[in-house]
Amino acid sequence: MDTRSAQAARAAQAGRSQIAETVNAGLGRRYRSERRFRAYGVLAIVLALSMLATLFVTIISKGYTAFWQNSLNFEVALPADVIDPQGTRDPKVLASANYLGLVRDALQAQFPEVDSRQERRALFAMLSDSAPYDLQDAVLDNPGAIGGTIKVRVSLDDDFDMLAKGHINADLPQDQRRLTDVQVAWFQSLEQRGMVEAHFNTALFTNGDSRQAESAGILGAVVGSLFVVAVTLALSFPIGVATAVYLEEFAPKNRFTDLIEVNINNLAAVPSIVFGLLGLAVFLQFFGLPRSAPLVGGLVLTLMTLPTIIIASRAALKSVPPSIREAALGLGASKLQMILHHVLPLAMPGMLTGTIIGMAQALGESAPLLMIGMVAFVVDIPNGPLDPATVLPVQIFLWADSPERAFVERTSAAIMVLLAFLVFMNAAAVWLRKRFERRW
Amino acid sequence: MVARDANGHTVRSFEEELNQLTNIIVRMGGLAEAQLAGAIQSIVRRDSDLAARMVAGDARIDEMEQEVHSFTVRLLALRQPLADDLRAIVGALKISAELERIGDYAANVAKRALVLNQNQPVKPVAGIPQMGRLVQEIVNDVLDAYVERDVEKAMAVWRRDEEVDELHTSLFRELVTYMMEDPRNITPSTHLMFIAKNIERIGDHATNIAETIHFLVEGKSLTQRRPKGRDATQYRPTQED
Amino acid sequence: MKTSPSAQTSIEIPPTAGFPLVSQGEGAKIAARDVNVFYGDKQALRNIALDIKPNEVTAFIGPSGCGKSTFLRCLNRMNDIIDGCRVTGSINLDEEDIYHRRIDVVQLRARIGMVFQKPNPFPKSIYENVAYGPRIHGLARNKTDLDEIVQTSLERAGLLGEVKDRMDQPGTGLSGGQQQRLCIARAIAVNPEVILMDEPCSALDPIATAKIEELIDELRQNYTIVIVTHSMQQAARVSQRTAFFHLGNLVECNDTEQIFTNPQHKLTQGYITGRFG
Repeated sequence: MDTRSAQAARAAQAGRSQIAETVNAGLGRRYRSERRFRAYGVLAIVLALSMLATLFVTIISKGYTAFWQNSLNFEVALPADVIDPQGTRDPKVLASANYLGLVRDALQAQFPEVDSRQERRALFAMLSDSAPYDLQDAVLDNPGAIGGTIKVRVSLDDDFDMLAKGHINADLPQDQRRLTDVQVAWFQSLEQRGMVEAHFNTALFTNGDSRQAESAGILGAVVGSLFVVAVTLALSFPIGVATAVYLEEFAPKNRFTDLIEVNINNLAAVPSIVFGLLGLAVFLQFFGLPRSAPLVGGLVLTLMTLPTIIIASRAALKSVPPSIREAALGLGASKLQMILHHVLPLAMPGMLTGTIIGMAQALGESAPLLMIGMVAFVVDIPNGPLDPATVLPVQIFLWADSPERAFVERTSAAIMVLLAFLVFMNAAAVWLRKRFERRW
Repeated sequence: MVARDANGHTVRSFEEELNQLTNIIVRMGGLAEAQLAGAIQSIVRRDSDLAARMVAGDARIDEMEQEVHSFTVRLLALRQPLADDLRAIVGALKISAELERIGDYAANVAKRALVLNQNQPVKPVAGIPQMGRLVQEIVNDVLDAYVERDVEKAMAVWRRDEEVDELHTSLFRELVTYMMEDPRNITPSTHLMFIAKNIERIGDHATNIAETIHFLVEGKSLTQRRPKGRDATQYRPTQED
Repeated sequence: MKTSPSAQTSIEIPPTAGFPLVSQGEGAKIAARDVNVFYGDKQALRNIALDIKPNEVTAFIGPSGCGKSTFLRCLNRMNDIIDGCRVTGSINLDEEDIYHRRIDVVQLRARIGMVFQKPNPFPKSIYENVAYGPRIHGLARNKTDLDEIVQTSLERAGLLGEVKDRMDQPGTGLSGGQQQRLCIARAIAVNPEVILMDEPCSALDPIATAKIEELIDELRQNYTIVIVTHSMQQAARVSQRTAFFHLGNLVECNDTEQIFTNPQHKLTQGYITGRFG
């Protein structure tokens, strides 16, 4: 009996040492494959980061110059008989004076040798179309200067702005450039006289769209985007949350509910332009809502983001542990009380995260909005969701089409603004998730 | 040993321990039986060596009672037994105490035999072996009943003690008469009376064991009073009927 | 088998294949008759007939899957939330059938409270945990009343001393035993008549378990308690009556002392001595 157990113990010992040997033999291979796997992971991350870096570098390098603008800062003569013959200083009279002529005269005064009509046209091309309005604003602000001169800052035409920023290649032959040698020489002469000033391009942020690149701004598109996102949020969040709550808590488990679920999941994968077609057919043609309105854009994007929100909300609801539900029901809470008091507050962080991500997606959408007409050239800043507007991605799309060199940098600048918004929204989603994460 | 259920305890070591407990009781019972038999024989054959050996042998029974005692305490603490296991363990504790008393009485009989053998043989001695045989049978039967957990057998033992009481009474009368005949008979007769009393007490302890077996198996104590034979040892003068 | 000497209604269940011994239906707080429970096609409980006496602790014991938790959950209709679960027969609370159409489940659950196996305090403050029940049932007219209810409940649950200076800290920050006592306080805050406990100590260490058992003994004075437990020793310590379930049947229901010293049924004996299960 004793020897048998001793034998058994020895056999077990031998078996164990054999197993230990086998394990040791395999260890080297396992550690190597783990290191390889980790290396792949690091490689993938490095690759992704480098692509991201490339994207950012490309965009920023193209766009950063859009944030400042060159203007002509010079003295303009303000003869009283041209501006205010009666001397009434009446604003309406002041506003209707011929500022175009005045500013042109002032420019001509800098280059007295220019006299032929062709030459003069070439010279006056330096001024932006908004130059007279710059002068008008200066005079209205400072009527006391009438009769004398006023130092005013007027915008340069975009070609000259590009010249100042060095984007125009002076080495190319003249007929392949937008500006002639003479124009270049004039501009350089002005620069030497210290009349060219570079300043922050507030016009980019305060103006609506414009054919003149120097006056083009993103404000209209930003306001339009904000209205669209506001409408989308106001509609999709309550509907999405309510749908998710219904499907998760109340819907009976039958084929019909399964059908609904399958359809919602499929809708999340539908190309967004299809929603645009739907919006066109239903909202614009059937209901007759105004074209290009953020309201319609919001409705279309609501349809598009609802599946995302519903799916994220359902996942959040599912993650609430059944023990909490049972505890609430066991105390005598009705089903609705249990959901409102316990399940929804606990699921809210997940729902909000899903909503913010859905909104970020909606912010960057352009295809469905193209279909409902938000691709029009809209100059005015919209005042409400029913005014025609455009959105930032569409604005980028439109500017990308324009040939002027100035639009290239403005397109990149607009992309940077859009990316900044998206990064901010995603960061907010991450922060929200971290802040409200609970451990059960 | 006999397994009482088709499926034993899930924890086999517990099953084995319960069997072990039963074994100790059985061995103890066998020893007690042997002690009794030896004591009776030492009277009948007037064998003082045998009597001396019986007296010494009682120590072993006392040891075994200690063993049972500590074993049951251990089982109660470590196994938290319930229901029939609990009754079996508590029963074993009680039965070992009874067996220890039986062993003590047998040793007392042997001690008195030593004294008796130094004197002349006495006539009523013949009644002792008859009583002794009866009680031996009773003890044997009750131990069988314990092993087999047989309540019927235990009840039969329980009722048979009446016979022992009857025998004891008649032997008592005989001895009284003998003592009245000749004062020189008083000493040996008194010893015989004590011996008979001890044997009768052994019978009583055997019925206690039978009652414990009943509780062990049925889960209820016996409520009836055991039928007793006419008790001649009461102070009241006996009536001839 | 204990028979009540003044039994008026005696439920005769013909003993088939060793079936049950049912207590007589005198003054029972909860009386179940002919209860069958089905999950879809599978039958989980068969013909359960049982009385729960007031101000007593009744323990349900039995091997895993025998239906004791299922039956416990029938008593406060928590099985209603499980799809496909069907309950037939009658369960009376103070002579009223709780499965009757007109019975409001929400109100029922205020009368019959429940404590679960794993402590599940709400992720709110300790005060809010206990105050939730009274709040939704409108048991407190103002803040002072509510404070008092919370205090009394915590005191009765033996927790007040340990938490009275951190009532606004989250309930999930307490130890396991304290959390379970919080759940008990939460349950008694709605002033129930019956408290159901589904293996309340199985996730706790021995000291916490002992505290809860002591608490159960004290609560017995004011509430009727039904406890499901895997531990026979706990059932023996804590309860006055014990019911043994096996494979969906109620095998035996009797005074605890009887069940554990002299059970009538072979199955009961086999289970509690560890011969099977």
